[in-house]
Amino acid sequence: MSPTFEELSVGQEIGSRSITVTRQDLVKYAGASGDFNPIHWNEAFATGVELPGVIAHGMFTMGAAVQLVTDWAGDPAAVVDYQTRFTKPVLVADTTGTADAGAVIEVSGAVGALDAEARTARVDLAVVFDGQKVLMKAQALVSLS
Amino acid sequence: MTINPDLQGRSYPAAEVYDVGREKIREFARAVKATHPAHFDVEAAQGLGHRDLVAPPTFAIIIAQRADAQLIEDPEAGIDFSRVVHADQRFTHHRPIFAGDRLVAELHVDGVRAMGGGAMITTRAEIFALTDGDGREPVSTTKSSILVRGEGQ
Repeated sequence: MSPTFEELSVGQEIGSRSITVTRQDLVKYAGASGDFNPIHWNEAFATGVELPGVIAHGMFTMGAAVQLVTDWAGDPAAVVDYQTRFTKPVLVADTTGTADAGAVIEVSGAVGALDAEARTARVDLAVVFDGQKVLMKAQALVSLS
Repeated sequence: MTINPDLQGRSYPAAEVYDVGREKIREFARAVKATHPAHFDVEAAQGLGHRDLVAPPTFAIIIAQRADAQLIEDPEAGIDFSRVVHADQRFTHHRPIFAGDRLVAELHVDGVRAMGGGAMITTRAEIFALTDGDGREPVSTTKSSILVRGEGQ
C-alpha cells in the first residue's frame, strides 16, 4: 500500500535494505548506462590513476539506493526530485568464482521533511559501505496522494 | 593538463534524439537492482495511470551523460576523462520518463572552479520530450558536478 501524506511524520523510518555489488554488476551497469570509464571494471587502470582499486559507479549506488524509496512510495513516478553528493568510493574487489557474495551497501531511509502545500515528503537516505557513509545529503522528494 | 576557465557559461544545443525503449528501461532497471513492476510490466504501469513503462528515477543519467560527453570530448575543454570523479548529482523530474518518449538534451556549463591542480565543473542538462507538431515538453533537469583530479589528487 502506498503511504498517504496524512499518515506520515518527520523522523518516521521507511525501511532498510542491503545491496550486494560485484564486478559483474558494475559491468552490467556500465552497459546499461553507457558509462564505460575503466575505473569501474579494470583494476590496473584504476590503481594507475591513483584509486585504491576498482570502484562502483556513483550512479550505480545512487540508482540502487533509491529503490527503497520507489518501493515504499508504490510508484517510481512519485520520485520528483533526487539528489546526492558522492563522498566515499565503494571498493568492489574481484570475487568472481569465489564464495564471496561481493561488496555490501546498506541503505536506510527516514522522512526528513514534509510539505503540506505541495503534498511532498523528503526522504533522507543513509547509504553506508564498510562503516562509512558513501552518499551525503541523499534526498528524494516524493509526491504523495 | 589545464581546464579551460572559459568553459563557464558555454552551452551545447540538443543534438541526437534519444528514443526510450521498453527493453532499455527494463535493462537499466535490472542494472540498478530495481524490481518495481512499473519498470517491467506495461499493464502494471498502466494500472498506476501511466501510458507505458516508467523509467527508474536515475534513468535520465543516460541522456545527461551523453550530453556531458560533448563537453568532455571537446578538445578545447582540456578534460582528461580518466581523472574524472563524479562529485554530486541531482535529478528534478517535471514529469516521469516513459517508454516511447523521444528525448533531447541541452547542456549548460554552469560553473568551473579550480581546485588544487584540478577543477570542479558543474553542468546542467535540460531534457525535453519531442511532441507532435515540433513542440518540446520539459521532462527533467539534471545537474552534476564532476571533479577533474589534478596530478597527485
